[in-house]
Amino acid sequence: MFRNKAFSLLKLIPLMSGQSNVAYKFIHPAIASPGHRCHRSVEHRQRYTMCPDSAGGRPISAPQTKVMAEEELPGVLILDIGGTHGVLENLAALLKKHFHLITMKEFLENKKEMSKKIQSVFVFECRPAIDRELLESLPNLKVIGNSGVGVDHLDLKMISNFGVKVTNTPHAVADSTADIGMTLMLASARRLVEGCQIAISPDTRYFAVDWLGVEVTRATLGIIGMGSIGYKVAQRARAFNMRILYHNRNRRRKEEEKAVGAHYCEKMEDLLQQSDFVMLVVNLTPETHKLIGKKELGLMKPTATLINISRGAVIDQDALVEALRNKVIRAAALDVTYPEPLPRDHPLLKLNNIIISPHIGTATVQAIHMMAEEAIANMLAVLNGQPIPSEVFPK
Amino acid sequence: MSKKVQAIYLWWHKPVIDKELLQSLPNLKVIANSGVGMDHLDLKLVASFGVKMANAPCAVSSSTADTGMALLLASARRLVEGYHIAISSGIEYREADFLGVEVTGATLGIIGMGSIGYKIALRAKAFEMNILYHNRTQRKEHEEQAVGATYCKKIDNLLQQADFVMVVVSLTPQTHKLIGKRELELMKPTATLINISRGAVVDQEALVTALQTGVIRAAALDVTYPEPLPRDHTLLKLKNIIITPHLGIKTDKATYMITEEAVENILAALNGLPIPSEVLPS
Repeated sequence: MFRNKAFSLLKLIPLMSGQSNVAYKFIHPAIASPGHRCHRSVEHRQRYTMCPDSAGGRPISAPQTKVMAEEELPGVLILDIGGTHGVLENLAALLKKHFHLITMKEFLENKKEMSKKIQSVFVFECRPAIDRELLESLPNLKVIGNSGVGVDHLDLKMISNFGVKVTNTPHAVADSTADIGMTLMLASARRLVEGCQIAISPDTRYFAVDWLGVEVTRATLGIIGMGSIGYKVAQRARAFNMRILYHNRNRRRKEEEKAVGAHYCEKMEDLLQQSDFVMLVVNLTPETHKLIGKKELGLMKPTATLINISRGAVIDQDALVEALRNKVIRAAALDVTYPEPLPRDHPLLKLNNIIISPHIGTATVQAIHMMAEEAIANMLAVLNGQPIPSEVFPK
Repeated sequence: MSKKVQAIYLWWHKPVIDKELLQSLPNLKVIANSGVGMDHLDLKLVASFGVKMANAPCAVSSSTADTGMALLLASARRLVEGYHIAISSGIEYREADFLGVEVTGATLGIIGMGSIGYKIALRAKAFEMNILYHNRTQRKEHEEQAVGATYCKKIDNLLQQADFVMVVVSLTPQTHKLIGKRELELMKPTATLINISRGAVVDQEALVTALQTGVIRAAALDVTYPEPLPRDHTLLKLKNIIITPHLGIKTDKATYMITEEAVENILAALNGLPIPSEVLPS
């Protein structure tokens, strides 16, 4: 099974004798597992063990948590355990090791007593929603630990005004999300979903020989947004001999470009015009809202495929419907839409040159577990006044 | 017409080459296959008529490797199931416990490390997969090192360790039903079987049982026996399987390149030159 399953990513650190404190350090999976053959870049590893906002890059000192009875553990608010939108059972068990777990139902039934205990909120699949009313009712709230890297569902300014910190989980999501990007690209190019339907359809008598997809090997992939996830996509695509173009706010270092054979396109238009596959891997911000609209789709090749693993709102969905209907582009594959899920009568659901997946970017047994661990480490760091591995600040 | 035919270009195993056809074509010099598999041809029979045969190994390998990776990823991440949830009129949204399994860092066991198998290893390496392989012969050390692959002399060792087992062999009497009840039971219950070889390399009845009883997690087949399967076949009804209609090399570029390769082989044969991809009966 996945190698890291045997390890907790929260390593208990023995302290000096005589101390009754327990301390935890978040070990990045790259260095957690002995013998794990991992080729993550050294730079990435260093970024992890150095506190991002400490001058001179001091190593993270372990958060100190007093050994406490269970009820004295800091309270963490979650929506629910199990059910459609609740935290998974095994994640709840993980949280219970470090926190006093309080569900929304328990909180609402006993606001007076519970509100003081809640020092943190674990946001899982964007729930619970963080609004002003909730923030006002939690006087001792110090941190919102988000499971996942995107925080566009959180009003960062408002939360900051309450003196509450927000953290995300950039490290735990990167591999799974890059993998989903590759999955969607390959599935769309080779018409995999359509093919499955043909293979099992009661009407199929034979497999048509003129039924073709498009080649991935040696095609041109344009990556819009070359952060950690975008870079991992590039690493994977390179192994398919793909020609890689990228567009990013900032240009990557030469060695990084060379390592994946990526060419920088300062103008997004150049990338759009040359790519066979365009993959969106940006954060959702006011600048990237409807980044891909009618004009951008018009610049793409009619044989090109658009893949979105960012957020639905990065694409103008109405423009996409038109582009797909009129064959302005060949096809699209979306792991994300706006909203999620789409209304059942939305035109995107009726097109035959689109694949939509239900936001499964990090939906693996291993990734979900790693995200919870990364969130826990971040929340504990805040509560213990230690340097925070992945804090997110309002603009 | 019979005197004019000097070459046959086989497209998706047709026309069928039998004794009658061979006898009716006195000037036939070469049969060029579009694709690499030759299991549909009676090599000895064709050779006995003095007709040469060629396949198209170069054009297929990348496209087939891509198909293998597409199936591996789609199965691991439950893409097809997810798609149906996303577009279905009934279900509101996926449950939080709709989870697939991780590909990055997992162990891939490649059975058959020819050109296609090797290209799969190159691709899998970029996903930081731990690669094991089983082959008739061990590859050279530098080839193994380039993809970080470890040789498993015994297929059992590969089956016991792999999270994903990919079958990439030619169909021969030795590989017929290579993966049967015994092999499936050696695999992990969390493992996925991917077949991009030929349907007959897997014992389909044993696979049905293995999938139904959770002996393995899932399977993804680009090939079956026969193709297509009868519409009432049990494999079509299982939830933990993806079947694709022999995608193999079905892309615009690959089909063009295959034809170019076949033309090259045919012209070489007709001009009495060495044939680039000649296939001889064993």
